[in-house]
Amino acid sequence: MKKTIFAGFGGQGVLMMGYVLAVAAMRDGREVTYLPAYGAEMRGGTANCTVAISDEEIFSPVASSPDFAVIMNNPSLAKYEGTMKEGGTLFLNSNHVNRTIARDDLASIAIPAVDISRELGSERIVNMVMLGAFVTHTRMMSLDSIKNGLSEITTHTKASILKLNYQALDRGAEYILKGCAQ
Amino acid sequence: MDKKQLMRGSQVIGEAAVRAGCRFYAGYPITPQNELPEFMSGAMADLEDGTFIQAESEIAAINMVIGASMAGARAMTSSSSPGISLKQEGISFLAALELPAVIVNVMRGGPGLGNIAPSQGDYFQATRGGGHGDYRSIVLAPAHGQELADFTRDAFEYADRYRTPVMILADGMMGQMMEPVVFPEAVNPSELPPKSWILDGAQERPSRIIRSLILDTVEMEEHNWKLARKYRMISNEIPRAETYMTEDARLVVIAYGTAARIARGGIRRAREMGLKVGLLRPVTLWPFPDRAIREMSRLVKDFMVFEMNTGQMIEDVRLALEGRSNVHFYGRPGGIISTPDEVGKAISSLYYRQHLKEDR
Repeated sequence: MKKTIFAGFGGQGVLMMGYVLAVAAMRDGREVTYLPAYGAEMRGGTANCTVAISDEEIFSPVASSPDFAVIMNNPSLAKYEGTMKEGGTLFLNSNHVNRTIARDDLASIAIPAVDISRELGSERIVNMVMLGAFVTHTRMMSLDSIKNGLSEITTHTKASILKLNYQALDRGAEYILKGCAQ
Repeated sequence: MDKKQLMRGSQVIGEAAVRAGCRFYAGYPITPQNELPEFMSGAMADLEDGTFIQAESEIAAINMVIGASMAGARAMTSSSSPGISLKQEGISFLAALELPAVIVNVMRGGPGLGNIAPSQGDYFQATRGGGHGDYRSIVLAPAHGQELADFTRDAFEYADRYRTPVMILADGMMGQMMEPVVFPEAVNPSELPPKSWILDGAQERPSRIIRSLILDTVEMEEHNWKLARKYRMISNEIPRAETYMTEDARLVVIAYGTAARIARGGIRRAREMGLKVGLLRPVTLWPFPDRAIREMSRLVKDFMVFEMNTGQMIEDVRLALEGRSNVHFYGRPGGIISTPDEVGKAISSLYYRQHLKEDR
C-alpha cells in the first residue's frame, strides 16, 4: 500500500494529478481511493488530495503518514513535511519550492517543472511534468498507463492539447531517467 | 474496457438512483453532499421524464418528495445532518402516509451546525425515526463506494416493497471520496410493478384518499398497529450484518459505515500480533441485526463497539445482548477519522485488559 499526497495552490492542477493517477491505477487492476480536500479548505486557496494504491483492500483513504508527497508550493511543504512517513520521498516543484527540508530521513526529488513546461510552450502542464517524474521515480506504474488514464478522463480535450500533456509526462519521466533530479 | 468507473461517492448515489428508476429529486444545498444535487440536476435534465428541483429549503424539498411519491414516482432527497433535522417532519409524514421515498444523509460533525467533516452523530436520529410519532425508517449503512451504488438500488426496492421511507446513512468521507464502482443495470420505471394506491386522477375509478390526520382514536390505534405489523415484518425480513475474521474471535468489534472499514484495518493489525479479533458490521441499522449479535454472544464474551461519535449504536448492541456479554466502547466524535493503527491499539489494549490473550 502506498499513499501519496498531492498539494499546492488551487489552479496548479493538483487534484488533476491525483485523479489521473487514480484512474490509471484502477485500469491497472489495483485497489485505489482518491480523497480530495473539500469545504473550508477548498476555499482557502490551497488544494490537496490523497491517493491510496494497493494490491489489497484499502482500509482508510486518509494518509496520516504518506509515503510520497508531490509538493507544488512552499506552504504545502510546510504543511506536509512533518507528517511524512519515515524514509518517505518528497517530489518538489523546485521553481516554486525553495524552503529547505529540515528532516534528514526524507528523500527529495527536485524537478524544475515550470522551466520544463515553458520549454514545451505552456505553463498549464506543470502538473503533468511532475506526474511523469513521480511515476517514473516511484515505478508505481507505466507512463502508458498514466497516458491512458489521462485520455480516458479528458474526452472533450482537443487532440493537440492531449499531445502536449503526453509530452509533459514524457519530459518529466526523462528528467528522472537522465538522473538530473539527484 | 471494463465497466468500472472511478466516481465520487455523492455522484455514485445519484447515478445509482437514476438507474434504480428515480425520476424525481428535490433538495437544498449543504456541504458535504452538494455534488449529489449537482449531479441530479444534470441527470434529470438528460431524462425525458426526470424532474429536479432546487427547493427553497430542506422542508420544502421533503414535502415535494411526499407529493411526487403520492403521484407514483420513485423520489429522493438528500442533505447532511443539520438539513436532515429539518426534514424530520416530512419523514414522519411519509411514514404515516405509507409512502416510499429515499432520503440520503451524508453525515457531518454536530450537534448544531457542527462542521463539515465525516461523523456518525446521527445514528439515534436515523434509527429512532427522527420525527414525531410511532414510526420507524429503514436505515442502510454503506461502507464504501460500491455499496453506495448497491444500497441505493436496495433503498428504492425496500421503499416500494414496504411503502415506507428508507434512509441511506453515509458520511462526508464517503460523499467526497472516489472509488472504483460498477453500476447495476438500469431499471426502466415503466417496467416497475404498478402501484395500486397512487393519486393519479380518479377519472374511471373511485377516488382514493391518502392522509395522516386521523382524529378518531380507534381508527388511529388501528393505523398504529398496522404500521407496527409492517415494522415487525421488516424486522423479520431484512436485517443484514457482515462478519470478518470472527470464526475464532475472542473479541468482536461492532462498527458500521466508515468506522467498519477502518475497524477492518485495526483488526488486521491486531491479527498480525496474534490476537483473535473479528468484526461484526451491521449493514441495516434499522432493523438492527440483533439476532446475529446475540448468536455470536454464545462464543464471544467481549464486544467493542467502535463509532465516530460518543456512543449511540452501543445502546442497540446492549439491547441485543441483554447482558449476555461485556460491551466496551471506543469512539471519536467531531469529524475525526481514526487511523487503522489507532483502532488496532484500542483493540489490543482492551484485549489484554480483558485477559483474552491467556489460554482458555
